Amino acid sequence: MSAGPYPTVWRAPSFFGTRARQQAVVIAALIYLIWSVSTLHIDARRALAGFARAADLFARMIPPDFSRWELLLKGMTESLQMALAATLAGVLLSIPLGIAAARNLAPRPVYLAARALIVTGRTFHEVIIAIFFVKLFGFGPVAGLLTLALSSVIFLAKMLAEDIENVRAGPIEAVRATGAGFWQVVVYSVVPQVLPRSVGTAIYRLDANVRHSTIVGIVGAGGIGQTLSASFSRYDYDFAAAILLAIIALVALGEWFSDRVRTKLR
Amino acid sequence: MVQRPRADKAAVSAGVQKRYPEVWRRHTPRETVTNWLWVAAVALACAWSVSALDIEWAFFKDAHEQAIDLGQRMWPPRWSYLPSIVAPLVETIHIATLGTAIAVVFSIPLAFLAARNTTANGFTWALGRALLVASRSVNTVIWGLLFVAILGPGPLAGIAAVAARSVGFLAKLVAEAIEEADRGPIEAIEATGAGTFQTYVVAILPQVMPVLIGTTVYRWDINVRESSVLGFVGAGGIGIYLYASINQFAWQQVLVALFVILVVVIASEAVSAWIRERIS
Repeated sequence: MSAGPYPTVWRAPSFFGTRARQQAVVIAALIYLIWSVSTLHIDARRALAGFARAADLFARMIPPDFSRWELLLKGMTESLQMALAATLAGVLLSIPLGIAAARNLAPRPVYLAARALIVTGRTFHEVIIAIFFVKLFGFGPVAGLLTLALSSVIFLAKMLAEDIENVRAGPIEAVRATGAGFWQVVVYSVVPQVLPRSVGTAIYRLDANVRHSTIVGIVGAGGIGQTLSASFSRYDYDFAAAILLAIIALVALGEWFSDRVRTKLR
Repeated sequence: MVQRPRADKAAVSAGVQKRYPEVWRRHTPRETVTNWLWVAAVALACAWSVSALDIEWAFFKDAHEQAIDLGQRMWPPRWSYLPSIVAPLVETIHIATLGTAIAVVFSIPLAFLAARNTTANGFTWALGRALLVASRSVNTVIWGLLFVAILGPGPLAGIAAVAARSVGFLAKLVAEAIEEADRGPIEAIEATGAGTFQTYVVAILPQVMPVLIGTTVYRWDINVRESSVLGFVGAGGIGIYLYASINQFAWQQVLVALFVILVVVIASEAVSAWIRERIS
């Protein structure tokens, strides 16, 4: 370790391993930045004008206008109802799909088909799914409910399948050793292992559904998003501010509730 | 007096029976009742939700026909549309990447502000937490709505929206990592006479770097998915073309747009998973 003079300045080791590699990453990032910004045709003058517009927007947002609280409450209740009903539908329908997508329970072709469905479904944003349901079922909360239900089914089925795949073999063998049949094995050894996590996932999904229920309205699928979108397009910014505050409160409350229940379950 | 031994015997056998029931049950009767009460409460809440939504069940009757009809109109996909959506697709990825990059820059100071052990005082901590909650509670699409009103329609509003939503996401997880940071290195650096800022950069930042990079890459792939719909509110990317095609009932183009979104989102998810696996 005596080779070479000691450096007089200490430098923290690089996260990327070597200094050369770090420099390469930085240079690549810079090249990407220049390339991407140059293709976006950003109008600098328009962007700078944004500061003045932002100030104007906030001036018009304050104070938030809660005088139409009935409309606000109706939208919020609708969002909450969509989220609740969608979570229930999601939980019920995710059970068969989750079993079908578990490698250790389902036959190979069923497993592959279920996994393909899950991968495709997860890809599309809720708003895209919502447009299709709006086309099929018309404007209103039904389209929103079905959107949230579909994405819940896919999400919950994926989580359930992973939980089933991670089930420990010991309890299954133990229950089987008592002479239990297939359903008794499922009820007494698979369900108890999967249930606590599944309840947690369902609560988490309820929270996620509350979040998403606030945006599906942007394409006309009901809920508070529809009210918000309408108020924005009418330049009704003080009412929009009230809606935004209500959404933040609802989502924060949902997250707090979900965190609390899930820590209790653990 | 004569009865007593018999009564005792009965009590004992009753006690034995109580302790060793014929049929094994997982829960005590009290637990069973509470569980069923929970189930009933959940069922009631859901029943209320469904009934209060005023669902027009008649729409469900011909839904499958409508779906089949839509499917037929989508097929075959109009592949000639593909070249004209490559540029917006690249724009979508740029929105996600640049938005995430901006979010990273802002999330580091915000995380230090919102972590209990690095924030200056109770007020700054509360401020940091409030910013986290506000950023995370508003969906990217709603941020998009807001930034389109400020910056005008276009990818810039999309980038700002992605950044605004991601900042809270990244900062929350980094703040948790800061709170769990090992005290050893911090004390060691402090002992050399380093100031607060130097301690943060040299002792804490390297410890949270893996979390920061992992979360960033993870958020980037969520953002690619979110950017695909930002165009619906005018915030740039492929969403504009998808929405226009839907409004023109150009279903064969819609299928092409959906297909490219599928490919890009799955690819970004794979890239993100690969990078995260290499980090850990």
